[in-house]
Amino acid sequence: MRILYFSISIILTTGLIFILDTRKILPAPLGRLLSPQEGIWQNAESVDADHGADLRFPALKGKVEVYLDSRMVPHVFAEKENDAYFVQGYLHARFRLWQMEFQTYAAAGRVSEIVGDKAIDFDRTQRRMGMVYAAENALRMMEADPATKASCDAYTAGVNAYIETLEASELPVEYKLLGYKPEKWNNLKIALFTKAMTNDLAGFDRDFEFTHALQALGEENFRMLFPEMADSLSPVIPNGTAYPKPAILPQAPADVDSAYFHRKDSSIVMPDFKPDPSNGSNNWALAGSRTKSGRPILCNDPHLRLSLPAIWFEMQIHTPEFNAYGVTFPGIPGVVIGFNTDIAFGFTNSGRDVKDYHEIRFRDNTRRSYWFDSAWRPSKNRIEQIRVKDGKTIQDTVSYTVFGPVVYDRSMPGRSTGGRAYALRWVAHDSSNILKMWHLLHRAKNYDDYLEAIGFFNVPGQNMIFASRNGDIALWQQATFPLRWKDQGLFVMPGSDSSYMWQGYIPREDNPHAINPERGFISSANQRSADSSYPYFIPGSYDVYRGIIINRRLAATIDATPEDMMKLQNDNYNVFAEYARPVLLKNVDSSALDPTARYYMRMFSDWNLQNDPDSKAATVFSAWWDSLQQVVFHDDLNTTAKSVIRPDKFVLLEGLLRDSAYRFIDDLRTPAKEDLKSAVTLALQKASSALEPIDKEGRLAWGKYKNTSIYHLLRNSVLPFARTGLMNGGGEHIINATKHDHGPSWRMVVHMTTPIEAYAVYPGGQDGNPGSANYDNFVDTWTKGEYYRLWFMTPADRTSNKIKWTMRFRS
Amino acid sequence: MKFLYTLFLIAILGYALGLYLPWWSIGVAGFIVAAWLFPRPQDAFLAGFISVLALWGGLTLGRSIANDHILAHRFSQMLLQRDSPLLLVGVTALIGALVAGLGALSGSLFRNMIRKTETVA
Repeated sequence: MRILYFSISIILTTGLIFILDTRKILPAPLGRLLSPQEGIWQNAESVDADHGADLRFPALKGKVEVYLDSRMVPHVFAEKENDAYFVQGYLHARFRLWQMEFQTYAAAGRVSEIVGDKAIDFDRTQRRMGMVYAAENALRMMEADPATKASCDAYTAGVNAYIETLEASELPVEYKLLGYKPEKWNNLKIALFTKAMTNDLAGFDRDFEFTHALQALGEENFRMLFPEMADSLSPVIPNGTAYPKPAILPQAPADVDSAYFHRKDSSIVMPDFKPDPSNGSNNWALAGSRTKSGRPILCNDPHLRLSLPAIWFEMQIHTPEFNAYGVTFPGIPGVVIGFNTDIAFGFTNSGRDVKDYHEIRFRDNTRRSYWFDSAWRPSKNRIEQIRVKDGKTIQDTVSYTVFGPVVYDRSMPGRSTGGRAYALRWVAHDSSNILKMWHLLHRAKNYDDYLEAIGFFNVPGQNMIFASRNGDIALWQQATFPLRWKDQGLFVMPGSDSSYMWQGYIPREDNPHAINPERGFISSANQRSADSSYPYFIPGSYDVYRGIIINRRLAATIDATPEDMMKLQNDNYNVFAEYARPVLLKNVDSSALDPTARYYMRMFSDWNLQNDPDSKAATVFSAWWDSLQQVVFHDDLNTTAKSVIRPDKFVLLEGLLRDSAYRFIDDLRTPAKEDLKSAVTLALQKASSALEPIDKEGRLAWGKYKNTSIYHLLRNSVLPFARTGLMNGGGEHIINATKHDHGPSWRMVVHMTTPIEAYAVYPGGQDGNPGSANYDNFVDTWTKGEYYRLWFMTPADRTSNKIKWTMRFRS
Repeated sequence: MKFLYTLFLIAILGYALGLYLPWWSIGVAGFIVAAWLFPRPQDAFLAGFISVLALWGGLTLGRSIANDHILAHRFSQMLLQRDSPLLLVGVTALIGALVAGLGALSGSLFRNMIRKTETVA
């Protein structure tokens, strides 16, 4: 009997422990997770914690002091440059380890190892896009350059130094939640991070979608819906700039009509996991002639998917060779956007297409050879092993051709390739050492240094803005851009002969650029960089309206101060609505509307065109325009089983401005002939019905409707780690480009005075730990459109009371 | 008196083992102390339960207060679907208490079983 009692008791005890220790029964291992000595409570960092430390690492060559200010921004003072990168790696890991490791796992297609089989398709796509192949190619060039190799080695050693001192109980909460441990960092992960960034900014293409659209719509309609350029374009390089005649122009192959434009392809590949096309940015620089101080002001706000932990980590790095301040990417060494004692630098995305697909004909199912230039050419097969958490390892064979990896073929499930195979040609696969650019920018003193530095950058194409304390402003659109004949690469190209390959690259000196232009300012906002007089074919995904309003505002700016520029970065004026409103109001038939729709119409006509958080009219406009696009295009884009992709927003507006009898207005599904009046009126009536319930719930104000939210990188699985319901204005086509979960990820204004005066903010906090007071402490400041004055510390400030804690690193 | 000893010893041993062993070592602490001091089974359970309720409750409450409950706000919403740091502290303490209580009960019953065997032999 006593044996029985004991047996029951011990079974109950171990059973309870098992249930609370495993992930298989409860959604979380509650015992392990909640244990005060092991679980998440260990991550509840005291709000009065002392962040000072004395640390010893034999790898260091000299002394390093890290001064943390009240916002937890580290000011790193190192006697040896590479020690600074060691400490940067250490600090990135200390504050952002989980994030930097997760992002490099994602780049390498290894998310299944962490979250299980739901990520297999994502991982396969990353592998097939050749992300690891691209990183390996980059790593070879990075390690061939002694300075870059030394900085990467030091950075990697710093990350690993932190990981080695980390106890299991101190692991970031995400590791505890998902049940895994960090692995050792290495230089390949640095390269992988740069490729993840490249994919975000230069990974967008519409080749398959355009191929389908051309076949479904016919050439004339295709050209109308997907024009090369907007009428209202206000390019990066001002209209009327004279471009020199190019030395070489590429020639289209002889069979281009039959083999390319009229090629029949019944397969429909619809790629998923595409980067967000609104990944973009604003930057501008004013010459001294337009500022109150007479010194240039440089501004930059990169628009990315907003996330917690934030993509950016703010810091200053001071070495005998340079002194740089700005934001860094946890995952790579250096300061990415910022300034040094003499110059400031920033970036916007060029939006240029550097990614093409070619159809490959394999000899047989072994995919060991393919037809190219009238012969069977062997392909290199790379076997990808995808390890799945709590499961088996999946193998995927990826064939590499002269173009690059075959991304889509019959072995990609869920995608209809009709048995065809498509290889990817992407500049991101070409070897390069883009880190060298930052190595040189950190220590650049003037325009010539900047020009030399940016030459090392091949992808993603960026508008690289520059201002110096000695008064120069400049912008180069920099990258390796393929030399294309007209329309080359818009559609999927033949892969059976070399005449469809890129015939070279646009010479660097022909890249669009401006140096101290007469108008006294430079700007870029992801619009097409040059007007039609630019002699090269430069397809891409471009915004139209932010460029228009920025250039209009800057042209009217005199005596500018940094405060004026902060206001401008938060400007909510909707220039797209300014162009669209007359079209809507002139054509709406108010007598055909019900009273609610008429009420919204009046609200819209009284609107001040500001997408302010409390503006209801801004919501009405957004819904009305979306509805009009649907009314006009839905029938035209759905004539085949698979929908054609939506044209860009400017297309409908410019079509209607040009011609009120726009050919797509008539609804093909009805016998009647619809006109613009009926379309505009129907669109408002439909939008009104959708808006009315939202209005009744009190959510019509633009800020509430848009519901700006910053999600944790694990999105909905950890929703309480997010900040939702932020009352931000702005939106698409607006300088303040804050959308639902996308927008200005860093706002920076740098005044090129002596010493430099700078202001900035990002939506997040320095510490990636959701249990830290520094996890999201910048968010409210960012939402209000306010800034922090940046402390560009000098060695003389070592006794300043702005220093809250000091970390001493010694060998 | 023995009850109080059991209570304190489980808390002290549970904390010490927790520095080196996984979280369930509080159950081991309950087992060892109860097998050693041999309280009545119901007393053993109660002692294990109360001591770790206090230990885990105290440790987490202290940490959470120093943290301004920042972490507990987020995790209580995630794990308990409601924003209540104190409830999360309570759930934590209860989990530890149950494991330690059952561990102590087993320890007491183990000693009981052994003793019986000894007597028979």
